[in-house]
Amino acid sequence: MMRASHKQPGFLAALLHRLSGIALAIFLPIHFLALASVLNGAAALDSFLAVTQTPAVKASEGALVVALATHMTLGLRILAIEFFDIRERTVAVLTACAAAVFAVGVAFLLSAG
Amino acid sequence: MTPVLFLAQRLSAAVLALAVAGHLVTILYAIRGGLTAGDILARTHGNLAFFAFYSVFVVAVAFHAPIGLRNVIREWTPWRGGSLDAALAVFAVMLLVLGFRAVFAVYAA
Repeated sequence: MMRASHKQPGFLAALLHRLSGIALAIFLPIHFLALASVLNGAAALDSFLAVTQTPAVKASEGALVVALATHMTLGLRILAIEFFDIRERTVAVLTACAAAVFAVGVAFLLSAG
Repeated sequence: MTPVLFLAQRLSAAVLALAVAGHLVTILYAIRGGLTAGDILARTHGNLAFFAFYSVFVVAVAFHAPIGLRNVIREWTPWRGGSLDAALAVFAVMLLVLGFRAVFAVYAA
């Protein structure tokens, strides 16, 4: 059930911050293991990178980059609220966060193209 | 959250804000025209600045992620107490070990 507080933009920001953080925490060990595969030779890492060329994995990569940008911008929002007291401009700040994440997503799509 | 964990979370967040911004720029630059192990290693092999940057990144994330997960788990599940803290301490050590192994791999391989 949605409570009134759940309709506030701050609640959506907190939820997205958490969900993106959980996704990144799950992804990180896999990312580290993939990079360390180069200890078995460059070919081992290339084998892994070849798998990432499939559309599904490419879409997941894009989602993770967007999750990283989301978590960073919404984390900056928390630091700003706690240390600079900008609470009254939540909507404007969230709009800026969304714009930054959108820009990163578009840049990733254009670069990965 | 205890004051120490709160401070560690916010300090690591401040470090990660810079580190993630740098990492995102690196990602967007690196993937242009495809990505191969050779491309990655050409930039990272023997590069001390790279090694230092990502070492700081790994340490910050090894503090930040487990503390963040602890907050989420304590709020969204009934899991509390020593077993949760122990599990997340293991997760922190795992991130440190795997992270430094990865940084070392692309620096020295």
